[in-house]
Amino acid sequence: MLSWFRTDIIVEYWPLFLEGLKTTLELTLIGVFFGTLLGLFLGIGKIALVERGPWKWPVKIFVRIPSQLYITFFRGTPLFVQILLIHFALVPLLIHPDEGFLIQGDWALLLKREYGAFISGALALSLNAAAYIAEIFRAGIQSIDKGQFEAARSLGLNYFQTMKLIIIPQAFRRMLPPLGNEAITLLKDSSLVSAIGLAELAYAARTAAGAYSRYWEPYLFISFIYLLITLGLSYGVHLLERKFKNS
Amino acid sequence: MIQVKGLQKYFGKKQVLKDINCEINDNEVVCVIGPSGSGKSTFLRCLNALEVAQGGEILVDQFKVTDPETDLNLLRSHVGMVFQRFNLFPHMTALENICLAPISVKKMTRQKAEEKARELLKRVGLSEKENSYPHELSGGQQQRVAIARALAMDPQLLLFDEPTSALDPEMVGEVLDVIKSLAHGGKTMVVVTHEMGFAKQVCDRVFFMDAGQIIEIGTPQQIFGDATNERTRSFLSKIL
Repeated sequence: MLSWFRTDIIVEYWPLFLEGLKTTLELTLIGVFFGTLLGLFLGIGKIALVERGPWKWPVKIFVRIPSQLYITFFRGTPLFVQILLIHFALVPLLIHPDEGFLIQGDWALLLKREYGAFISGALALSLNAAAYIAEIFRAGIQSIDKGQFEAARSLGLNYFQTMKLIIIPQAFRRMLPPLGNEAITLLKDSSLVSAIGLAELAYAARTAAGAYSRYWEPYLFISFIYLLITLGLSYGVHLLERKFKNS
Repeated sequence: MIQVKGLQKYFGKKQVLKDINCEINDNEVVCVIGPSGSGKSTFLRCLNALEVAQGGEILVDQFKVTDPETDLNLLRSHVGMVFQRFNLFPHMTALENICLAPISVKKMTRQKAEEKARELLKRVGLSEKENSYPHELSGGQQQRVAIARALAMDPQLLLFDEPTSALDPEMVGEVLDVIKSLAHGGKTMVVVTHEMGFAKQVCDRVFFMDAGQIIEIGTPQQIFGDATNERTRSFLSKIL
């Protein structure tokens, strides 16, 4: 029945698939980690509001509006375009042997040759995820009863103490399901970075497919791997939710 | 303790406080009564700047509440507030709720803060509930914890925003008893309430508010016995 399925292709390219899987997982982890970190600040930044006093305008101009613009841009343009923009335009501006803003000289050359695509891919996925995670944080924070904020402030806690001790701990539980979804989206979207030559799972499949002109085996195989990881992630989130429900 | 001059507050275009003027003395207990929507709660919330006033001046102790330069966190650490809906922190036990502000605002050691919190829980009659989470407590018990939480900061001024309005009738008494025990114990108190019996019994002066203004100020005897203003009389005749 399955005789048409040429497992030998998978076996032959096994090391490449394994390497690709490792890269895919690394990209996802980096994206989730930095996306959450940056997303937290952006999410709070988007709704930061000082009603009066000397901080009113600085907060609005330097925190609230930039956060809103960032989120709007990264949610409103295709990730694929963002990857190309970052890889071919932004990163060369920052890392360049002659005129890089951040890194120059031999080190820039080495970095670009060895890790160029990975840096771009990880950066694009993190920046993109941050915008979506920021919205998750914003929604989570705004879902907490206003009375919680008022009670904390009425005791003399400042804005940051209130966020850290009262609002975020309560919001986090509500944010777990959408955060899990975002991790799953990120894992799947990481396949797009194969376009800039980064050897992750989709790239491995494309290589194997190209060599044999067989498309079922490699793409079905990586579909299966993606599916396994997403199911695992869903289950992990489910367990976490249960754990937090009891506490 | 409190001086309010020409206080104005708008929600959008709607003016909810129109030129409020009053003074409240040290250790005085004042009840604010009036129909719903008269601005009682808004007035109270202006006193610790939970609502930002758009006009006028508020002086609480040495703090100019309405001055943008005032350190509101410092002001609020001297002003306790008890809310209609308790607003306990649901992810913390009763003890943790009470210890939070002394530890993170006053930088008290955990040990000292817990000692004090236990004392306060005893005072509100909930010693055995220190490890309970808010959802495990009845409404009356939650509100008593909330009062203990406000007291933990040793406030000179206590604000009560309809502290018994969200309670089942059988629990109103236990909360009012706690508030009564605090009255005239060296704290200034402003209580927005619909409990006329409580107002009559406990407070030094009653403020009657209607349509964003303080219409009448007097002792409970004056207000409940022989109000001069027509609106006060009509309000009281409806609810008494």
